[in-house]
Amino acid sequence: MTDSPEEQTEEVVEEVAAPEPEMFGCPMTESRGQLVLHVARDRYLDVAKQLADEGYAMCVDLTAVDYSKYMDRPLPASVSPERFEVVVNLLDITHSRRIRLRTQVPEADATIPTLFDLHPGTEAMEREVFDMFGIAFDGHPDPSRILMPEDWNGYPLRKDFQVGTIPVQFKGAAS
Amino acid sequence: MTMIADEGAQELRPRSELTARELLREVGSVLRLSEAEAAKLGDLPEDPDEDQTMVINMGPSHPSTHGVLRLMLELQGETVLRCKPIIGYLHTGMEKTGEQLTFMQGGTNVTRMDYASPLNNELVFSMATEKLLGIDGDIPERAQWMRMLLSELNRMSSHLLFMATNGMDLGAVSMMIYGWREREEVLRFFQKVTGLRMNHNFVRPGGLAADLPPGWRDDVLRILDLLPERLEEYDILMTGQPIWRERLQGVGVITPSEALALGATGPILRSTGVEWDLRRHDPYLRYDEVDFDIIVGSYGDAFDRYAIRLNEIRESMRIVRQILDKMPEGDYRIQDKKVTPPPRARIDESMEALIHHFKIFTEGFKVPEGEVYVAIESPRGEIGCYIASDGSPTPYRMHVRAPSFVNIQCLPHMMRGGLVADAVAVISSVDPVLGEVDR
Repeated sequence: MTDSPEEQTEEVVEEVAAPEPEMFGCPMTESRGQLVLHVARDRYLDVAKQLADEGYAMCVDLTAVDYSKYMDRPLPASVSPERFEVVVNLLDITHSRRIRLRTQVPEADATIPTLFDLHPGTEAMEREVFDMFGIAFDGHPDPSRILMPEDWNGYPLRKDFQVGTIPVQFKGAAS
Repeated sequence: MTMIADEGAQELRPRSELTARELLREVGSVLRLSEAEAAKLGDLPEDPDEDQTMVINMGPSHPSTHGVLRLMLELQGETVLRCKPIIGYLHTGMEKTGEQLTFMQGGTNVTRMDYASPLNNELVFSMATEKLLGIDGDIPERAQWMRMLLSELNRMSSHLLFMATNGMDLGAVSMMIYGWREREEVLRFFQKVTGLRMNHNFVRPGGLAADLPPGWRDDVLRILDLLPERLEEYDILMTGQPIWRERLQGVGVITPSEALALGATGPILRSTGVEWDLRRHDPYLRYDEVDFDIIVGSYGDAFDRYAIRLNEIRESMRIVRQILDKMPEGDYRIQDKKVTPPPRARIDESMEALIHHFKIFTEGFKVPEGEVYVAIESPRGEIGCYIASDGSPTPYRMHVRAPSFVNIQCLPHMMRGGLVADAVAVISSVDPVLGEVDR
């Protein structure tokens, strides 16, 4: 947290003034004209299912962001920021519309249910997020690293994984 | 931190090492099916004898794996029972690098992802940056049409490369030379415009790096006049040939619902008959002002994917002709002092312009807070760029949704139950670019 407590309360007051728009009980915002749904982790699977029934039948992208150095990002008042955020982009090809789900994932318990049963195409993307951020996908059929070697230490896209400070790791090489 | 995921092996494990449940899970994960659906499969022997099957390794350095793709195949005789693509051999942490480079420098990074269509990568990155800056509505007309011209020519060069590699993979070796010959014509034009054959870094946030060179119209017309008869040669050499058809028809079939579930886009999705092209259904640049057809297949097999790409070259030529007619005069980049460096002539006469120039290239420009996902149609499918900005000149997080990375998940599905000889045809028809898969 880089913000002082005073600044934060001001922000909250501003946002409470207008009623938050919502969908399926989740706060909905717009980011540069794109629809964003802030889904709580326990409703993540449920909301994804409901959206799939609404027509958002294709999961085009699943990724994550490590916000540990940017905890004061703009979020709706009812969403408390956590270190990780899983970002899912859904697409409805019949109506040609998109929606983005942002789910806060705490560092202490970095797990989230898998979307695999709903969108099998997330298999590789979830493995990539696990590989790069160390977020575990509960129920994923093949929770192994996908891009890094399987004996790699650490999660490269985390902000505390510094570039150039770790000696290059190679399997079986004499160090 | 509690971790529930065990970092299991990446490789395909022999059946004897697996419990029944693990096998089911693995079949499910390989086929991208849920466990319940995997249990219902009855089309293949579910538990063949261990001594009748073998697990063989194909790649990562195999001429027809398009780079460093490694496949582990479980075979019974010549039939592929299971297949698992193992990727990451070309992983260089480009998304991490993207967090170190400013928005100004970011193009040099993303252009190296899908090296067969670099201009589309730059385009999607620039469009995402422009959307974050809020200047996406102010890009000059000429810049938009120039971007479209380059994007379509790039689609042609990428599909011509596919023609070459697809021919080579299936034994039509002369096709390899032909495809490369035609691609070279397009790359020569790129070299004249951007200075480089590949990895151009020409499309930049705010517009393009330079205007089109004198005589560009004649060069494009020369390509447009040359290609139709060459494409007809391809038809004679491949499309109508019984051997070619036998080799591709009915191979690597995928249904529309499977393609949608797997997130496949581009020619793979269109080969199943689903009419989905972002140029038409989510128009960007000025694609709503040009006339073109979306090519769709009907069987979802490797032949459809070949035919779609061949005809998309023709459609791209049709678009390029319209661009030639409609190319407006004007500026090739936005005159927004925040994003655009001052012209070279101004630097000689103005101290402020020199400082401004220096600051843009050393510090970059600040991009307001926010996050945005922009997607365009690359030759391989939907390429998307997700950028989260914290208000600094470098992206806080830059993620590229690479079409090949997602499309490659179709391989196990397409190969299941097929012959090992068809595996090469299937890989080729998915047309993965490993630079983009691994990033």
